[in-house]
Amino acid sequence: MNRYSTEDIQAAADGDNQQFLVFSLGEEEYAIDILKVQEILGYENVTRIANAPDFIKGVTNLRGIIVPIVDLRIKFNLDKVEYDGQTVVIVVNVSDRIVGIVVDGVSDVMTLTPDQIKPAPELGVTMSADFLSGLGSLENRMLVLVDIDKLLTSKEMALVEQVGE
Amino acid sequence: MDITDFYDTFFEEAQELLADMERHLLELDVEEPDSEQLNAIFRTVHSIKGGAGTFGFEVLQNTAHLFENLLDHARHGELTLRQDIVDVFLETKDMLNDQLNAYRNGEEPDQEAFERICKTLQQLALEEIAGSTPENGAPAAATPKEAAPAEEPKPAQDSTPAQTAEVGDEQAGQRLIVAFSGVSEENRKLLVEELEQFGTIQAQSGDDARYEVELETTTSADDIESVMCFIIEPEQVETRAAAPSSAETPTKEPEPAAANEQQQPGKAAEQSAPSVQDEKPKPPTAKKPAAKPANKSKAGESSSIRVSVEKVDQIINLVGELIITQSMLDQTVSTLEGITNTSLINGMSLLQRNARDLQEAVMSIRMIPMDFVFSRFPRVVRETSSKLGKQIELATEGESTELDKSLTERIIDPLTHLVRNSLDHGIESPDEREAAGKPRAGKLTLSARHQGGNIIIEVSDDGAGLSRERILAKARESGLNVSDTMSDDEVWQLIFAAGFSTAKEVTDVSGRGVGMDVVKRNIQGMGGHVQIMSTPGQGTTIRIVLPLTLAILDGMSIKVGDEVFILPLSTVLQSLQPSKDDLYQMAGSDEVLRVRDEYLPVVAVHQALDVAGAETDPTRSIAVIVQGEGRRYALLVDELIGQQQVVVKNLETNYRKVPGVSAATILGDGSVALILDIPGLHQLSRSKKDAPQPGSPASDKTMLSSSGG
Repeated sequence: MNRYSTEDIQAAADGDNQQFLVFSLGEEEYAIDILKVQEILGYENVTRIANAPDFIKGVTNLRGIIVPIVDLRIKFNLDKVEYDGQTVVIVVNVSDRIVGIVVDGVSDVMTLTPDQIKPAPELGVTMSADFLSGLGSLENRMLVLVDIDKLLTSKEMALVEQVGE
Repeated sequence: MDITDFYDTFFEEAQELLADMERHLLELDVEEPDSEQLNAIFRTVHSIKGGAGTFGFEVLQNTAHLFENLLDHARHGELTLRQDIVDVFLETKDMLNDQLNAYRNGEEPDQEAFERICKTLQQLALEEIAGSTPENGAPAAATPKEAAPAEEPKPAQDSTPAQTAEVGDEQAGQRLIVAFSGVSEENRKLLVEELEQFGTIQAQSGDDARYEVELETTTSADDIESVMCFIIEPEQVETRAAAPSSAETPTKEPEPAAANEQQQPGKAAEQSAPSVQDEKPKPPTAKKPAAKPANKSKAGESSSIRVSVEKVDQIINLVGELIITQSMLDQTVSTLEGITNTSLINGMSLLQRNARDLQEAVMSIRMIPMDFVFSRFPRVVRETSSKLGKQIELATEGESTELDKSLTERIIDPLTHLVRNSLDHGIESPDEREAAGKPRAGKLTLSARHQGGNIIIEVSDDGAGLSRERILAKARESGLNVSDTMSDDEVWQLIFAAGFSTAKEVTDVSGRGVGMDVVKRNIQGMGGHVQIMSTPGQGTTIRIVLPLTLAILDGMSIKVGDEVFILPLSTVLQSLQPSKDDLYQMAGSDEVLRVRDEYLPVVAVHQALDVAGAETDPTRSIAVIVQGEGRRYALLVDELIGQQQVVVKNLETNYRKVPGVSAATILGDGSVALILDIPGLHQLSRSKKDAPQPGSPASDKTMLSSSGG
């Protein structure tokens, strides 16, 4: 059985086309809603936070605001995790919080029509389908559409203090 | 425009008026009341009443009305003030405050309390005034339009009209022209409705630019203006007498009186009470407080603006950023060759100076004087001392010392507690004092001063001082671990233990032993600490040391491995190189360090925070002795870098609470450094030792998979 967020499908249908920022993690292409993106930075000067999960690289100074940096490559168990000139941080704004996510590179901005967005299949262990809003199909490319809000506020990411913790 | 738009303005002004009123009431000399001061009090009540009427806050209006009548008699010398009458006045002021708050929260004020205070005030009016000025009983029905509104309890009729008649007699038949300039039609309607409450409108004409209303009234021009000012700006209204119709309205100067009200409050006050007969002539400068009567808030408006704290914080943030950018540029410029880049280097030093000045100026926006805190204590002292039957003189020093606004708000509760404690336990009863050869009246001093980056607030009394024996005995009784050899300082700190009180009897003022521990916790929560100095027979001084602001912290930067951390300087006691002989292993993995015959738990920072590449041999690292929550620890670090002021940044805004870390800051090179939380760090290192020593990355993995599944 396929699971997908009906809300997102609905939103896409109502608002016609949706714009996504496409980024790469290893060989795969992912995309997030462009409206969540605040800016894109190079990866530098991250201060480690002790006793945090290893995919939380630490915090950085974004013009006076302390912003946590999450490496999605580590989170998604990619084999190759390197920090070089290509490594970028996408600063996203979710649930009134500012979080930086480290990815291998940002390729482009895509506009998807509602019929280009297919429901996401149940995936393996890497990423629970809860955090996907669908798959975008474009000629010969396939984009994994990530629900960045849900992903970053999830308990798994340990970014937000959960009630009762 | 909707009238509710003005609510907030009214609430704020009324609040300030009430604060003014309280100050005047407390300063009032009961034996020989200063007429200026009485007038000032009268005007505050009157303005509140007027405003309350405009906005339909009936309960508030009625209470103020009764209060105003009493005050009117007081200022005409028909009501002889006594201490207990002033107490009733203060109580009424509190009631007005409660009612105001109720309206502000969109609730109806407590009806029962309202009726009670009405009864008290009416009783007072009957007993005190009826006796002394019987002739006032006659024209009772003369001024029905001033009588209290319908919902007021019946008995009001007996007393209130009697008093208002007085006012009526003075200025009967007075005709005033009230002119509004630049007032829109809707507002004008409101204003005219408002004016109808004061008397009969004889004529009205004009347009938006200037609109004149001819009013026959018994109320003075000043009073009308102050009510109008709740709706429009003072400049927009002017009043003058239309025709002096009665000989009893004496030197009512036409125009300038009202216009000058702000600048010459003293003069205005005299005019609003022109026929005070038995008032002793006094130079207006006789008492300083009278110089700042009710119009303070209005006068303040022209020279200050209300800005939300958020906006100020945003500016502070931006300036902090500017400073960091500037110091980054500075580093770059310092590598340049001097001669060819002279103008750039000069420009940089100018920029540096300007940026620092800017930072200081911006920080000072958040600062408010301690007077804001101290001004509420005369009341506390007065009430507590009368409850306890003690005579207390209160002195305050350093009221102009400035402190961050968020701190002033949080210091009030602990300080109130300390003051009450001093009054209750510190200062002896008058008889005991006399027996000890001291003046019968005890002295309580509140002082504030700056020292370095701290503000020092002291509560001192000249009472009996703390009793070492009693504290020790009490501590043993409550099962605390104490010895007779403890230093005085340590003994005094015992009173901060939870549930500790040496009071012989529990009073409703203090003595339950809850509180001192709360005081200490609150102050520590603000990043400060408490010291006690006490001499038997001579008194006790409790000293609160607070950082000037929460936004900036004096820090000691330390290095562990390649990472830089900040320790709050206030927690650092000393640093030393531990020698092997002073280190002891305890119960397995616990380690203690002996420093001056004290054994301190050792917290290795690299262990607690998993820092790679740090010095692991304690004898080759540096031990920083720090204090946190009353306990001392020896932190092992690699290197001390130096002291610096850092801007405190919250980690929880975008991330979450991190164990062992209280906040973060941004260093000169733009990188983030974490500010360590000493007790948290100790807990962390203990829990690490208790856990079966896993490799640090592995522990993260297990945490991940367990939560991820």
